[in-house]
Amino acid sequence: MNTSDSEEELCNERTSLMTGSPPISSYHVETGLPSSMDTQTKRRRPVTNQSNNRETHHEGVSTERDSTADSEDEELSLKYGAKHVIMLFVPVTLCMIVVIATIKSVSFYTEKGGQLIYTPFTEDTTSVGQRLLNSVLNTLIMISVIVVMTIFLVVLYKYRCYKFIHGWLILSSLMLLFWFSFLYLGEVFKTYNVAMDYPTLALVIWNFGAVGMVCIHWKGPLQLQQAYLIVISALMALVFIKYLPEWSAWVILGAISVYDLIAVLCPKGPLRMLVETAQERNEPIFPALIYSSAMIWMVGMTEQSAVQQPSHQERNSDEEVGQSHHDNTEDNRNVVVPETEVHGTQSRTSSAEELEEERGIKLGLGDFIFYSVLVGKASATASGDWNTTLACFVAILIGLCLTLLLLAIFKKALPALPISITFGLVFYFSTDNLVRPFMDNLATHQFYI
Amino acid sequence: MTVAVFFGCSFIAFGPAFALFIFTIARDPLRVIILIAGAFFWLLSLLLSSLVWFIAMKASNDKDQQLQRGLLIFGVMFSVLLQEVFRFAYYKLLRKASEGLAALSEDERSPISVQQMAYVAGLGFGIMSGAFSMINILADSLGPGIVGIHGESQYYFLTSAFMTMAVTLLHTFWGVVFFDGCENRRWWVIAVVVALHLLVSGLTFLNPIYEGSLPPAYVILVSMAVWSFFSCGGSLQNIQQLLTCRKNDAGSEVAS
Repeated sequence: MNTSDSEEELCNERTSLMTGSPPISSYHVETGLPSSMDTQTKRRRPVTNQSNNRETHHEGVSTERDSTADSEDEELSLKYGAKHVIMLFVPVTLCMIVVIATIKSVSFYTEKGGQLIYTPFTEDTTSVGQRLLNSVLNTLIMISVIVVMTIFLVVLYKYRCYKFIHGWLILSSLMLLFWFSFLYLGEVFKTYNVAMDYPTLALVIWNFGAVGMVCIHWKGPLQLQQAYLIVISALMALVFIKYLPEWSAWVILGAISVYDLIAVLCPKGPLRMLVETAQERNEPIFPALIYSSAMIWMVGMTEQSAVQQPSHQERNSDEEVGQSHHDNTEDNRNVVVPETEVHGTQSRTSSAEELEEERGIKLGLGDFIFYSVLVGKASATASGDWNTTLACFVAILIGLCLTLLLLAIFKKALPALPISITFGLVFYFSTDNLVRPFMDNLATHQFYI
Repeated sequence: MTVAVFFGCSFIAFGPAFALFIFTIARDPLRVIILIAGAFFWLLSLLLSSLVWFIAMKASNDKDQQLQRGLLIFGVMFSVLLQEVFRFAYYKLLRKASEGLAALSEDERSPISVQQMAYVAGLGFGIMSGAFSMINILADSLGPGIVGIHGESQYYFLTSAFMTMAVTLLHTFWGVVFFDGCENRRWWVIAVVVALHLLVSGLTFLNPIYEGSLPPAYVILVSMAVWSFFSCGGSLQNIQQLLTCRKNDAGSEVAS
């Protein structure tokens, strides 16, 4: 495990943190990270989102010159705040676009294909009440699985079973990068009637998967890594969209937001405990698969070290992040991502050198996955079609923006799911039931508002 | 109903807005956020107005076509008014945010001026309004079908695209003028904007007699463009300078 590496980095970061005088606002938003990927298509896994802390680290950039007052720092942090919001908008948008494009073109993901073992109750019942009851039961099962996995992860972390977690993560990402992308590619080929021979396919999948493993777990160009993380989140979200029955999906989304809220804010919440444990040990909480948007860049350091820095961090984060997927056992991916220390590298040292930090922002993959599940379900099942999808998309982005704003105000770990998912759900149901008939009627008569 | 129709109509409807976005907004994160928040506010206004219309529709007789049409007209008018109310609310919010940003900055100036915010907010409203009007139509145009098979107009897609473009740009200009009116406390400006919006929407009731709705909408568009240009500080001199400077620069570049 890279703890030693991370510790070294941490030390560096720490000292740099200490020396820097400007107020460093390191915000972490813990948005649960759902990291693991599903182990099997048959089984659904609870997505990591919830269990893990999703943390979006939002780091304010602190200025170097300590002489300048707080206001300049605050202004910079706001300016960078806006930049960081955009740095999150872009990947979230890309992930959603991939999911929506797939849902609209590949019909496989909208066909009924059975359900995962985590949602055993069927929704093909005769009465509405029964269906509602079944979906609530499904949700209860799913959420309890997630809770159990989170606690399991916390226990593992507490007792320093790093190798286990490490192996778990590697296996998870292996499964996602090879198997799920193979299935996805197969479905795309079927849709477009492309004839592909197995040797070529094997070559393509092998290359894709191998480069992905290297990029995610080791070093790689930042953009490639980001691209892989987006693709992984999209694949995971597609699996959820396919195997979650309709009503259960909505109830699960709602329940997960509530769970996220509880787990991150309550003193005895598992995520919070994870964060605190990591802080006690001065380790980066295992960064569950976290999407990171920027490199740390230090002038005055050698280029080599500068390049290594981010990959180290990413690496740590990857390992830690729970990619829980994993076969049979339901692993949750909970990953708490404590990013403070990890991000701490960005602090600047004072006077001696000019250090510039290009702080990035990190968001847990679980958030990506759940946002995409919401938008994907909206585009798959809504009769209002594109209007509903667009409305959910805007709602989620605004929720993300508000979450980051709250983060800047409160400066402590906050869950990133609740606001976005709430807005998304509200807009989905209201657009589908209220706005759609209105807009349809307007379009029929060609009235414009 | 071909791919050509799809691309043509989408470029007509969204081309100007997209170009404006790429060239003026995409580079500045704060503007992108204001744009998306503007889209969100428009969406909220649409939501509330459709709620009102839906209640009215459900409470009334389904079979009476005239009544339903009347209710739809009422829905449109109410929606227009609500959109303007939300535009005002967004103005208030942006003012507060601007004051906050100014207070935090070193030189007491906000990083973005009210006129820029007005433009971006207007564009946000316009893009969302255009998208909601046009996207389902565009999606349908990709599929099979015959336009106007029951005797309606053949030019449905084309006129929708042109109307959408007009409405998008109109929202942008209305945003600029509206905010300017609020800033300088000229309430008649706000009243004129609301009236024009009602007029443009009202003219669409004449569809499919497109001569009654499209040309007037474009006339209003051009006049709004001129008005907003002058209201945010433009002048004939600016235009002249722009053109002559261009020529000068071109000359100097060639020379050097």
